[in-house]
Amino acid sequence: MNLLGKRKWFQSASALFFNLNLPLFFTGAIHKGPTKGICVPVFNCYSCPAAMGACPIGSLQNSLANLRFNLSLGIYQFGLYVIGSMAVVGSLIGRIPCGWLCPFGLIQELFYKIPSPKLKIPGFFKYFRYVFLIVFVVLMPLLVVDPLGLGQTWFCKLICPAGTLEAGLPLLAANSALRSQVGFLFAWKFLLLIGFLVWMVFTLRPFCRSVCPLGTILGFFNKASLFQMHVDDEKCTQCGQCARVCPVGLDPNLTPNSPECIRCLKCLDTCSYGAVNYNFLKKHKQEKCSSHCF
Amino acid sequence: MKRKFSYFLFILSVVFIFIGLKSGEFAAVLEKAVTICLSCIGIG
Repeated sequence: MNLLGKRKWFQSASALFFNLNLPLFFTGAIHKGPTKGICVPVFNCYSCPAAMGACPIGSLQNSLANLRFNLSLGIYQFGLYVIGSMAVVGSLIGRIPCGWLCPFGLIQELFYKIPSPKLKIPGFFKYFRYVFLIVFVVLMPLLVVDPLGLGQTWFCKLICPAGTLEAGLPLLAANSALRSQVGFLFAWKFLLLIGFLVWMVFTLRPFCRSVCPLGTILGFFNKASLFQMHVDDEKCTQCGQCARVCPVGLDPNLTPNSPECIRCLKCLDTCSYGAVNYNFLKKHKQEKCSSHCF
Repeated sequence: MKRKFSYFLFILSVVFIFIGLKSGEFAAVLEKAVTICLSCIGIG
């Protein structure tokens, strides 16, 4: 089996690596080690009991939510550490973490394996991701503030199904004090989670393709990252094999570095003609490709 | 040109991380991440 055939193993190992403190699932508490200060490049709730790192989207919202309050105290923290943590990964490898490391991506792919009629996702759904990022992750935490100037993590609060699945359900199951506080908000988030789980059965990675703010941020870097996909025009026969296997419905031979590409590299694995390729750090030799590389 | 821009982005990201670390953002992230996020689980 080649490296590409082992993607599921990478995803599983990564899910375990980012959630290593498994015994905490039975205690109703969360991991509190110093690694929690490190922003991980995947969508993994930091309130998951076993989580070893910080969710960059939750951390970004917290930075923006506290911005005005901090400024009023003379504390100049603009979330640069969180933004830099995402950007350093994005500028190196773009959305590779989406395809190879993200635990929530793995969950979606596993649900899609349940036998059922499979549905395509309408093309315009990809634009919703930008709305979720701009409105719920950036603007609302920044602008909807209390009299002290403190905002809230609105994406976590109203939308994030990963938080409900990875943190809400395990914590409520093991912690009776938290269970007693459950109300309308949890009911809303639980219903939303059920909706996403059902959608995952019929459509591949619906959350990544229509909601995920982290994938959207990393996607900004796909065209400019040091890891670049390439299609060799001389070898490509336009057979459409790569488009048929693409999990996010792209046509890799036309847009190999699309912001929607999760870089699972299935197109590379499938191409019988060796036309799809990648390079990292090195300059691509075939200059002809430049029209396709963007 | 494109490759230079990629390196520029990478270096800029590293600079952001250092500025953030210098202003105590690691501790701020850690403080939030070790506390159960009631918003995340649908309570707060």
